[in-house]
Amino acid sequence: MSLHDEKPEQVEAENFDFGLKKKKKKKAVPDFEEVAAAETETAAPEASNGAEAGEGDEDAVPEGDDAGNMFADLKKKKKKKKVTLEGEEPAQEEGAEGTKSEAFDFGEKKKKKKRRPDLAEFEAQLREGQTGEDGAEEEGTETSGAKKEGDDTWQGSNRDYTYNELLSRVFKILRQNNPELVGDKKRYTIAPPQVMKEGTKKSVFANVVDICKRMHRQPDHVIQYLFAELGTTGSIDGSQRLVIKGRFQQKQIENVLKHYFMEYVTCKTCKSADTILTKENRLFFLQCESCGSTRTVSAIKTGFMAQTRDARKAARANA
Amino acid sequence: MSETIQNLASYDPFADTGEESDLKVQGYIHIRVQQRNGRKTLTTVQGLPADLDQKRILKAFKKEFACNGTVVQDEDLGEVIQLQGDHRVKIQQFLASEGLASKDKIKIHGF
Ligand SMILES: [Zn+2]
Repeated sequence: MSLHDEKPEQVEAENFDFGLKKKKKKKAVPDFEEVAAAETETAAPEASNGAEAGEGDEDAVPEGDDAGNMFADLKKKKKKKKVTLEGEEPAQEEGAEGTKSEAFDFGEKKKKKKRRPDLAEFEAQLREGQTGEDGAEEEGTETSGAKKEGDDTWQGSNRDYTYNELLSRVFKILRQNNPELVGDKKRYTIAPPQVMKEGTKKSVFANVVDICKRMHRQPDHVIQYLFAELGTTGSIDGSQRLVIKGRFQQKQIENVLKHYFMEYVTCKTCKSADTILTKENRLFFLQCESCGSTRTVSAIKTGFMAQTRDARKAARANA
Repeated sequence: MSETIQNLASYDPFADTGEESDLKVQGYIHIRVQQRNGRKTLTTVQGLPADLDQKRILKAFKKEFACNGTVVQDEDLGEVIQLQGDHRVKIQQFLASEGLASKDKIKIHGF
């Protein structure tokens, strides 16, 4: 069997369905039985991974005459592939968990969250792929037994590169040339606000300053927003805590902070929280440090404030 | 055809959007809460369309949410409805279901 013979088969198989990974394993050992098997498989394309992988192994064992040393490779490959397959699912689960836990931090916006796990997952696959073999869930690699990590495995062989190989190559080069991209999967988490009661009429928001620092926003701006949204007033005390009039729970403050984060911190274009807020003649601009986009954000408006009893009393005293 | 042209004409993208003016101009209805003494709260509805009779709306609110309330005249913001208790979500639903405002034009503030 020559590599050239294999090629068309693969292409065909790919046309059938997306069970690419399994197919490929089998393709490496092409014989008629196998083709038949593939056909039955396509008839029932939902066959489970395990079963298929097993099949592949069995096929492989009786087959190998011409590809003596290829076999060792093949088996290894199969194992590796299984690892990737299994690894894949946990990664996705993690992602889901991530989104759930996200509800807690202010990273906000599910969408953003989803992106990240994806990237992480992809990277994980990449890594796995590199140590084991080339990129994520690759077919190919029938030829060489000696792959060093990151080698473009199709080079030196006369087969074509695959899409996945090219893709991982692109990402690899991208990372090599832009090391700062690698670190950017950090999530923008913000410590939960520490809110406690002070007496019966006031609440204390102890870590405002810290939270503002993490969001890279002026405490004044954040506090102004808090007051406007909560319809109240307050002040910063000697130990940098915010004393708010009225009774508020941590959850409530957290909600308002989330809104603030979405409105005045996250970039709507790329969801990055790496942004700068500037004021230019009465207008606030949010400029993204990651993608460079700029958008205007509305100034904080207090809106209507109902007159409270205190205010009435004060007015009367003044009169 | 003519419609689109009219649409173009009615909006001047270079107009000055002052901070004060867009309080009203944006056409948003702002629903806010405010804490009073103890566990009591006030809900205020600001920015209802001027062609609506605020008193009638207030009456409907009072009946619907079983609460008291008033219409307050504010110099800058025009008439504002004040209700006792926190009825923010209910107000939004009410306004939307009665066709008085679309949901995306209603902004709920507060926690
Ligand atoms: Zn951006």
